[in-house]
This record gives sequence, C-alpha cells and structure tokens, in this order.
Amino acid sequence: MLEGFLPILVLIAVAALLCTVMVTLSWVLGPKKKTPYKAAVYECGVAPFGDANERVPVKFYLVAILFVLFDIEVVFLWSWLTVFKSGTTDQMIFSGAAVLIYLLLWILGDAYALKVNAIDWDEATSIAPEKLRDTPAYFESTEEADAGLSTVGGAQ
Amino acid sequence: MEQWTMPSIDWTTLMPTIIVILTGCAALIVEMLRPKQNNNLIVGVSLVGLGGAAYCLLSHLGLPEISTLNGLVERDRLGSIIQLVLVGVTALTILFSEPYLRNKRIAFGEFYPLALWSAAGGMVMASSENLLMIFIGLELLSIGLYCMAGLSREETKSEESALKYFLLGAFASAFLLYGIAMFFGATGSISLSAAAGAPEGAQGLLTLSSMMLIVGLGFKLALVPFHQWTPDVYQGAPTNVTAFMAAASKAAAAAAAIRIFSAFVPVQDFWMPILYWMAILSMAVGSFSALVQKDVKRVLGYSSIANAGYILVAILGAIKSGDGNFAAAIYYLVVYSAATVGAFAVISVTAKAGTEGTRFEDLHGMWKKAPLAAGTLVFFMASMIGIPPLAGFFGKLLIFQTAVNGGYVDLAIVLAATSVASAFYYLRIMHAAFAADETAIPTQAAPVRGGLKASLIICAASTLILAFGANKIITAIEGEPEPAVTVALTGE
Repeated sequence: MLEGFLPILVLIAVAALLCTVMVTLSWVLGPKKKTPYKAAVYECGVAPFGDANERVPVKFYLVAILFVLFDIEVVFLWSWLTVFKSGTTDQMIFSGAAVLIYLLLWILGDAYALKVNAIDWDEATSIAPEKLRDTPAYFESTEEADAGLSTVGGAQ
Repeated sequence: MEQWTMPSIDWTTLMPTIIVILTGCAALIVEMLRPKQNNNLIVGVSLVGLGGAAYCLLSHLGLPEISTLNGLVERDRLGSIIQLVLVGVTALTILFSEPYLRNKRIAFGEFYPLALWSAAGGMVMASSENLLMIFIGLELLSIGLYCMAGLSREETKSEESALKYFLLGAFASAFLLYGIAMFFGATGSISLSAAAGAPEGAQGLLTLSSMMLIVGLGFKLALVPFHQWTPDVYQGAPTNVTAFMAAASKAAAAAAAIRIFSAFVPVQDFWMPILYWMAILSMAVGSFSALVQKDVKRVLGYSSIANAGYILVAILGAIKSGDGNFAAAIYYLVVYSAATVGAFAVISVTAKAGTEGTRFEDLHGMWKKAPLAAGTLVFFMASMIGIPPLAGFFGKLLIFQTAVNGGYVDLAIVLAATSVASAFYYLRIMHAAFAADETAIPTQAAPVRGGLKASLIICAASTLILAFGANKIITAIEGEPEPAVTVALTGE
C-alpha cells in the first residue's frame, strides 16, 4: 500500500535536491558587485519613494470579500452547468432544484449586503442608531438612557 | 460515466436542520426590514423556529434509525439528542441575548441568524457518518462563531478573540481535512463505516489519519494540548456568544468525536494511549489553571477544558468496554450545557451602558443587586462541582462508572481528584457573588427581566429536572436494549 507513494517521495527528494543545488551554485559561482543602484527597490523603472507599509482603508477588504462571493458562485455554476448539459431529465430536475436553492440563499445574502450599504464607501454600519440605547423597560429614568447614549458617542 | 440515480430523501430526517436554516433566513429578512426600536421580532421568529425544530426532533426519538441522502445523513439517537441539545442551547442563548446586547450597545440583529446557522452547522455535524459532511458542518458552525466572537467591534478584546479563534480554527480545519484525505487514501471512501473494511496494508495510513483527526477535533473540543485559544477567546467574545460557543460547539464536536473514534476502533492501539494522556492533561490543566485566574469568563474557559476532559473519559471508557454505550458522555454534555449557558447568563447581568465587568470583583454584592441571578448561580456552580441533588453529580457518577467498566480506573481517579480541585474555583465564583465585600466596588447589575429571567430559571430548573429525570433521559439516550450500532444500516 505505502509503496505506491514511493514515486512521490522520490519526486520530492529530486525537487528539493535540484533547488538546493541551483540556488547554492548560483550563490557560490555568481559575481557579487554591489552598487547602491542595484540594491534599490525595483519599482518598474521608476525611482521608489515613500514607505511601503502604508495603511489601506479596510473598505477594500469588504469589497474583496464580496467579490469572493461572486467568484465562488461562478465556480459552482460553471461546474454544475458542465454536468447539467449532458444529464438525464431526473438529474437535471434534481440538480436544478439544488442550484436554485443555493442561488436563492445567495441572493438573500447579497440583498442583505446591499441593504446595509456594505459597498458604499462612506461610513456604514449595520446597526440602527435607535438600538444603541436601552429600551425604556430596562431603565428607571430617561436620564439614564440618555447617559447610555452619550457613552457610545464618547467611545468613538 | 457512472449511472446516476436520484438519491432517496427522507424529509422527516432533514426537517429539523432545514427548519433551523430557514428560521435563520427569516430572521435575516426581518433584520433587513430594519426594525428600528428593538430586535424583539427577530427573537420571536428565532424562538418559534427553534421550537418547531425541537418538536420535530422529539418526534424522531421513537423512530427507527435510518440513513438517507445516499448515506450522507443519519437519523439515530446520538444525532437526535445532540441536535436537541443544540436547539435548546441556541434557544436559551437567544433568550438572554437581547438584554445583554442592548446593555453592551452591540444590539446587532445579525447575531440571531448567525447563531441559528451556526447551530444548523452543528446539527449537520452531529448527524452524519460522512467525513465531508462532518467537515462542512464544522465549518458552518465555526464561521458563524468567528463573526459572532468579533461582534463587539470597538473592543480590542473582542477583535483579538475573533482573530485568534479564526486563525486557530482554520489551522484545525486544515488538520481535519488532511485526516479526511488520508482516510480516503486508506479506504477509498469518505464514509466512516468504511474504516472497518480497510485493506490490511492501509493500517499505517489509517493511523496517520486518526492522528490528524484527533488534532482537528482536539481544537474544537478544547483538549490539552490544543486548548490555548480557549481562555482568550472565551474572555474576549461577548458573553452570550461565549455561552453558545462553550455549549453548542462542544456538543457538536463531541458527537463527531464519538462517531469518528468508534469508527477508528481497528487502529485503537495507536490512538487510545494518546487520548488517554490528552484526557488526563485536559482535566489537570483545566482544573489547576483555573485556580489562579482573575476573570470569571477565563475561569469558565478553563472549566470547559476540564469538562472536555471528563467527556473524553466517558467516550474512551465506552469505546474500551466495547458496548458502544455513550450514554454517560451524552448525559454529561446535556448537564454541562445547561449549567454553562446559565453561568454565562448570570455573568451577562454585569453589562450596562456599553461596558461589562467580568472580574471576580465585578460580581461583588450581586446577591443584593440581582438576587435571582445570584440565586440561580448557586445551582449552576453546584451542578458543575457535582453536589448530589443536582444533575452534575449523576453526570460525573455515570462517567466514573463508564471509566471503571472500560478498565480505566486511573482515569476515574484523576477525574475525582480534579473534581475536588475544581470545587475551589467554582466556590470562589459563588464567594464573589455572595460573601465578598459588596461595598468595596459597586456591582453594576442590569435588571433581571424578560428573556434573561426566563433563561436563568429554565437553566436552573433543568439542573434539577435532569437529575430527577436521569433514568428517563438515559433510557431516551440508550433507546431499547438493542445495541445502538449504525454500521449495519448502510443504504436502504
């Protein structure tokens, strides 16, 4: 059973050996002439400026995540369609229903993202401001509720 | 190309999970309509849905064990009971979430759909013998938890908790997938029932697979040495999320562990000693590290590690004795879930005006300011310690018996010793709430009303009900005298 994996082991060993040899040889044999120009960061021929560690708005991340959703959806649909084309009627109905359910859930999620302004660049939050204060039932007086609201404003 | 046949689907088996998922969708739709003043409608929808799912599950208990969807989903006692636990835990958490989230100023309506979908993931995980289904369930359970752990977005602790949980969880998932891949390599199938029929030469690969699966499940169950995330994540996450995490995640992972370890019996000589030491270490590290903590949520985090050790003892004992009777582990899980959710509900009382105190000092004087919360705390702590009239005692007794039956007398002794040690920190929590100087630091306590009150009373009552109905519940878990083996039920 395990002998079946021997070729893979050999491949890994050969790859590791080859890489080591190539890197070591070019490091040992290659000429080393250091100039400040050579040591500079390569920036497509333009002289580099500024710091590489800049802060990027986190909104980019949100957009990227939403893009991943679309991406994954296409991957699913593509692989489903390749099978769907040549399927029997039974298979078409069954897998079609399954994909329909999947798409409905996906559309629900997407509608939610639009509803909470996830792709608007301006400040967006998914919490209604009214929910940031206690319901009157939890408080004896309204001053206390207002005090709670001001705490939130101060936290920013 | 293989001939494709339409899988036969037994809808009653799938119904509870489907109901919970659809309830999550309904809750999200309600949230999308943006109820301005409060989340009460979302809570209502969620509770109704969970009630429906619980009703379906209760009606499953008497039905014969079957496997449906081409063997992807099982309907058996283990699955149904764990699904019931998950539904119950979710309902109890949702009950006390609204006041807490309001007081913490994080009343996101999204919490409810996330919790419901997370629970659905756990339900998938608990009711499948197929490793990929278990994996998908685990991911569904975890992804919701990652989001919920970071719910308190302006708190660094909460962010840290979410990131830590996500990174370690992703790591654990990778191990689990490796294990599944190796299992497939050894047996040519991803169904656990194939482990028994693995070819003679595949034992090595199967052993390696069991090792990877232990790492993956160890993370989820919070077993030493894969426990480091537990105290930090439990402390940082919002208290209601911690309650859900501690109970639901553990119940689902324990169900998967029971199924997986029972299937791996052919190579048990290898992994039994590993799990034996993991159980001892979990009990010892969990109990002794908790002694020196200053934060109640961290104490409960370490307590959950120790409890994972107890559950592992029960699982090991049942597998070793060969009768396949996991009643002790399941009963203890039920008992532990009720007490844990209750304990976290008590701690959630300290949230007010956007802040929350979870250190021991913050509980001082609770018996004066929130007598009901302090009163129910007695039940939860006493049940965790294992004081006789409460369910925790019977749970530990059952585990003790199972361990001795399986020949693990030493594990039983460690269990007893660490239980005694753990009594100290549980009593310390009670001491903080009752006896400590209540004038030094004023406890901020939210009024105990509505859902929180209901949640506390139900949890406290269930520590009693589970004790006095122990026989009935264990019969429900064990079923009729016939052995609860599902291997014979492949196909239809």
